Amino acid sequence: MGSSRKRWLPVALLLLAASVLYPGPAAAAAGGEAEHAVQQHSERISGSAGDVLEDNPVGKLKVFIYDLPRKYNKKMVTKDPRCLSHMFAAEIFMHRFLLSSAVRTLNPKEADWFYTPVYTTCDLTNAGLPLPFKSPRVMRSAIQYISNKWPFWNRTDGADHFFVVPHDFAACFHYQEEKAIERGILPLLRRATLVQTFGQENHVCLKEGSIIIPPYAPPQKMQAHLISPDTPRSIFVYFRGLFYDTGNDPEGGYYARGARASLWENFKSNPLFDISTDHPATYYEDMQRAVFCLCPLGWAPWSPRLVEAVVFGCIPVIIADDIVLPFADAIPWEEIGVFVEEKDVPKLDTILTSMPIDDILRKQRLLANPSMKQAMLFPQPAQPRDAFHQILNGLARKLPHPEGVYLQPGDQRLNWTAGPVGDLKPW
Amino acid sequence: MMKSLLPQSQLRRSSAAAVRSSGGGAGGGDGAAAADGSGGAGARAPASSTFWFLLHALCCLISLFLGFRFSRFLFFLLFSTTALYHSTTSSSSAAVLRATTTTTTTTTTTTTTTNTFTLSFAASNTPPSGPANRTALEAAAAAAKGSAGAGSGSNPQSHVVVGRHGIRIRPWPHPDPVEVMRAHQIMERVQEEQRRWYGVKEPRQVLAVTPTYSRAFQALHLTGLLHSLRNVPYPLTWIVVEAGGTTNATAAMLARSGLTFIHIPFPDRMPHDWADRHATENRMRLHALRVIRERKMDGVVVFADDSNVHSMELFDEVQKVQWMGAVSVGILAHTGAAEQPRLSEEDKQTMPLPVQGPACNSSGHLAGWHTFNSLPFSGKTATVVGESAPVLPRGLEWAGFVLNSRMLWKEADGKPDWVKDLDAVGENGEEIENPLTLLNDASSVEPLGNCGKKVLLWWLRVEARADSKFPQGWVIEPPLEVVVPAKRTPWPEATNELPSELLDEKQDQEDRRLSRANKSSRPRSTTKRKGDLQGQEN
Repeated sequence: MGSSRKRWLPVALLLLAASVLYPGPAAAAAGGEAEHAVQQHSERISGSAGDVLEDNPVGKLKVFIYDLPRKYNKKMVTKDPRCLSHMFAAEIFMHRFLLSSAVRTLNPKEADWFYTPVYTTCDLTNAGLPLPFKSPRVMRSAIQYISNKWPFWNRTDGADHFFVVPHDFAACFHYQEEKAIERGILPLLRRATLVQTFGQENHVCLKEGSIIIPPYAPPQKMQAHLISPDTPRSIFVYFRGLFYDTGNDPEGGYYARGARASLWENFKSNPLFDISTDHPATYYEDMQRAVFCLCPLGWAPWSPRLVEAVVFGCIPVIIADDIVLPFADAIPWEEIGVFVEEKDVPKLDTILTSMPIDDILRKQRLLANPSMKQAMLFPQPAQPRDAFHQILNGLARKLPHPEGVYLQPGDQRLNWTAGPVGDLKPW
Repeated sequence: MMKSLLPQSQLRRSSAAAVRSSGGGAGGGDGAAAADGSGGAGARAPASSTFWFLLHALCCLISLFLGFRFSRFLFFLLFSTTALYHSTTSSSSAAVLRATTTTTTTTTTTTTTTNTFTLSFAASNTPPSGPANRTALEAAAAAAKGSAGAGSGSNPQSHVVVGRHGIRIRPWPHPDPVEVMRAHQIMERVQEEQRRWYGVKEPRQVLAVTPTYSRAFQALHLTGLLHSLRNVPYPLTWIVVEAGGTTNATAAMLARSGLTFIHIPFPDRMPHDWADRHATENRMRLHALRVIRERKMDGVVVFADDSNVHSMELFDEVQKVQWMGAVSVGILAHTGAAEQPRLSEEDKQTMPLPVQGPACNSSGHLAGWHTFNSLPFSGKTATVVGESAPVLPRGLEWAGFVLNSRMLWKEADGKPDWVKDLDAVGENGEEIENPLTLLNDASSVEPLGNCGKKVLLWWLRVEARADSKFPQGWVIEPPLEVVVPAKRTPWPEATNELPSELLDEKQDQEDRRLSRANKSSRPRSTTKRKGDLQGQEN
């Protein structure tokens, strides 16, 4: 009798302790219940620069926007409004975002960074493809304008200026790789920071300190095609696009360094690979029903497929040797996508099926993180943590400017007459 | 990117055309060698032009016989450091320093010639373009450009080489079954995770209530419903109430189905009149609800009539019901008769949708009910089961409602007070038209399926004539009495058992029919066929 009473006393104490402890996490969970439900199946993303994907750049930097004449920006858009929807539209939207952003300052003396709103990718052919032939002259003309009108270019030779150059090979201003390599980065931009979509290691057209951004993909169009997330993912590998560019590379082996052709030849009869050159109306919906989406290189290593794959939660399989992906210091791409070397393309099915299932699920959780999807998009109006803010975060991380930014009297200056003769013609 | 090369393509094409036209050789690639030759001819002294002309002719001949790729390779090997370098094509150099193009494709497919070779050359003072590029039409290097290219080529540490690469194809580019299995396992697991994240959190049991009775189309309807229920991804119990008592045929079908079921006999027979049949069915459903109450079964009650067709989304949607929900039902008023009322164009347009379900106001709350408009069918509906005339629903069909079974229990947590007690319903023999009579207040019904916008099931009543015969359990017993003997067997010593000319005539007719059908392929004699019949009969 007595022993039983003694026995229930410690049990009661234990229960009391448990009831005191347990409400703690319960309350916290109840408070962030909605968020908890989301984060159950998404994971926090932190890259090599730390947990910076969700930083707010406001207060960390100040940007001064040069007021260029209309011919450098607005007039080009008025002439051809297709510039607003093609994959190079980031340069236009960045300008618009900065004009009304909190980081903008009207006092150039307190600015950390200077932005030149010149649209170099808005000279379109009838088919809508940008011609880069005039771009060097346009850029040069813009830089001449700002260096004559304001003193800030000359005091640093552009080291605290940044430019958005979203074209195929960025500031090399050519669509063909060999010609782009030959031209190299425009000499006048040698010291400036470039915000570009092209990124490949040890390549002439990627300068140290550049910020890589995703290509522009229309956010509303992608939102309009969202399907219910419990639609089961029943396609293993999905790809739609060209494998051979018979117009420009009739013999094959040049386009995509033969990687796309290799994909086709090896996997055209493999039921796990849903690959073809179709243009289906359900392209976005199909991506949401696929586990892996291929993002092979084309004429340039980058592609909007990466953006689409991330937005639709399909694990991107990146087949482009030495590619540098957007915001690589904020987003740990190795953990999110699958990287396959071009020489390993014939073994792609082995590689993908032998991935441990936990890795695959983890990648899907990372992709489900809404910050990840936001970081790839350029919504209008801008939203927190979107690509515009990631660009500003990247610029902020480069502050304070290093010692050599301000030029001393004896320092080497930019050579204004370097480059092909055609570039020197005024625009 | 690739599209942006379109203007370039024209440049290339024009250059290629220029090259080709200057060559004018037999093969396509031969043009390169020819251009090289002719370009070289321009650069050199005229004395050697005949030599180059002869070389050109030799190239043509070899290309003719060996194919241009092989011939190019041959000439590359033979003339690797000679005048080919002096050719100037309009394309730029493939400015790469490390010319290690390793192309290890080994198979030949019928379409692409993939006889590429493993060529690896160390970086040297030879012209900067790699050997694979040497053989390319466009990538012939110019000496002058070569030096500039070397300067601006890719950095020494880069592994990525611009220019033509081989297309790697593995020797057996077909799927490996083990890998396919693994891929399917991966997809299964991914889908499971998806269900866990986005799907229904705690799936509730589905209680499907089906009134049925023995008639010709019973097996047809029950089989369809059985297959639908087997596909439901939630735990399910099928409650089958059979009028006129349980039959062995139905019991056998249920046992074979693999579902959990409760087979309940209902004492009354099903009447032949549609109106009475509806009433009896309603009583059968109430009976089933009482059984659910007695056994305290927990789950969502779905009224699955045997002739209805259900979509899988219905079962996903009903998991969301709190107490009582309503879904939209598509009404397929079966018009079996040939004399359909001819609808004018405006009639067709003003004809309301054949849907019964909840109607919502703009804030998403239940505002009323859509019911089936029976005006166009006035006067032509079937009264007797099996009559070939449209069968219409009455008011609101049970199939459009789903209940939480706890609503039926005598006591349940949180049972709302607008639910009548089940005992109070139907005891006086009154008509229970629809489940709304189970409620005191019909406005608390939850509209499901995107507020009734999605039709989740279809109501259909198709029956054979009441006097249709059908074999019990659809098993033919005893065996057929008609025996068709073989007239000509493959074995010559077999006896002619039944010599009746009638049967012969029948066979002849069939022969003629067959021979008309397959004129050329079938032989005249149908010996084999009769042999088969003989075999079957045994």
